[in-house]
Amino acid sequence: MATREIRLRVNRGERRVVIEDQTLLIELVRGLGLVGTKLSCDSQVCGACTVLLDGRPVSSCTTLAIEADGKPVETIEGLADGTKLHPLQEAFIERFAFQCGYCTPGMIVSAKALLDAHPEPDVAKVRHWMEGNICRCTGYQTIVEAVLDAADQMRSAR
Amino acid sequence: MLRRFDVHRVTSVAEAVALRQRFGEDAAIYAGGTELLLAMKMGVARWPHLIDVKPIGSLAQISASTDTLRIGATATHWDIERNPLVAEALPALAQLEANVANVRVRAAGTLAGNLAFGEPHADPPSMLIALGARVLLEGRAGSRSVAVAEFITGMYETALAADEVIVAIEIPLPGKNVRAAYVKFQILERPSVGVAALGTVRDGRFVGAPTVVVGAVDEMARPVPTAQFAGADARDAGTLEAIADAARAAVEPIADLAGSVEFKRHLVGVITQRACAALAAEAL
Repeated sequence: MATREIRLRVNRGERRVVIEDQTLLIELVRGLGLVGTKLSCDSQVCGACTVLLDGRPVSSCTTLAIEADGKPVETIEGLADGTKLHPLQEAFIERFAFQCGYCTPGMIVSAKALLDAHPEPDVAKVRHWMEGNICRCTGYQTIVEAVLDAADQMRSAR
Repeated sequence: MLRRFDVHRVTSVAEAVALRQRFGEDAAIYAGGTELLLAMKMGVARWPHLIDVKPIGSLAQISASTDTLRIGATATHWDIERNPLVAEALPALAQLEANVANVRVRAAGTLAGNLAFGEPHADPPSMLIALGARVLLEGRAGSRSVAVAEFITGMYETALAADEVIVAIEIPLPGKNVRAAYVKFQILERPSVGVAALGTVRDGRFVGAPTVVVGAVDEMARPVPTAQFAGADARDAGTLEAIADAARAAVEPIADLAGSVEFKRHLVGVITQRACAALAAEAL
């Protein structure tokens, strides 16, 4: 059986993990106990499994774990600094941008990638970037508002 | 969850070709995996070996000469939509790429992989066919170049030989006055219909005939016979309606979740008119 050891940085920690070639990235991160990343559609449509691989948002359900070899992976658990939440997390709470919460980790991680690339997005940019993240509860309005609020917050903190 | 397979990371095209020969039907080329891994998860395809071509550095390059844009086989939609050479030379392609699937698929999926999979519900083929793009292939016998129009031979079928690897897509750059437009209608993850139009409009008339290719409704993208519209009034509703008629006649829509045959044929007409109208609207 083809197994190999890969080295990667998950959030703030360096890791060495033994995987098989067909291991999926979501299996790797959840196997590390990072269960904030959710499996839902299993077909790259819903965004619940979004993580950042080398800074880019990917569907961890359809990404091989070997792709993370030598690269940084950021999951929802990496956003807060101890008990201090990330501005996106604060904004999602303030705007009540979730109900059941299942899509929320993917939403926030995807939004993090957006704000990393475009710190001052307009509404159209947020909607276009986030259109691949599906929420069955909120109707999206509060999510878009939360992302814009977080962008404002992060701008004024700079 | 995926069934067992081995990934072979290759660092040269020659190595990829050698593995293609060695494993034959038991291996597939793997780059973004956005189509491949899905098919494997669904159980509709199984390969014991995947040949990962991403470590071949030269395949990621995007370059432009005075008359050709060359997109390497491992360039992702994400790379292409952000590339300044693409934005400058072919803004309509950059815009198309910025609207493929969703941001995660764009971050991983490649243009070459999109063509190699032969998925009928895809954005790029119609535009690439309209532009006269070619696929550069390398195999045991050497290299060859195939027009995208001939590379895709059916639903999930291509002219890629068992020992071949896609190296790049080469797109002839349209002349300075030629406008390109891609308009789609989409309710799910993939386009219901996408129409690419290419042409020059001067003083309100088409210079020569516009090129129109309809994608995503049929087994593969279909060029629309447009010779009769050479010199036609590009802003005339009658002209646009006649081109729409020709487009509707050029396709055999397939009913699926995105709609019935009748609905899709109607969409083809509407979207074709919008794409052709965009040529006139953007004309100098």
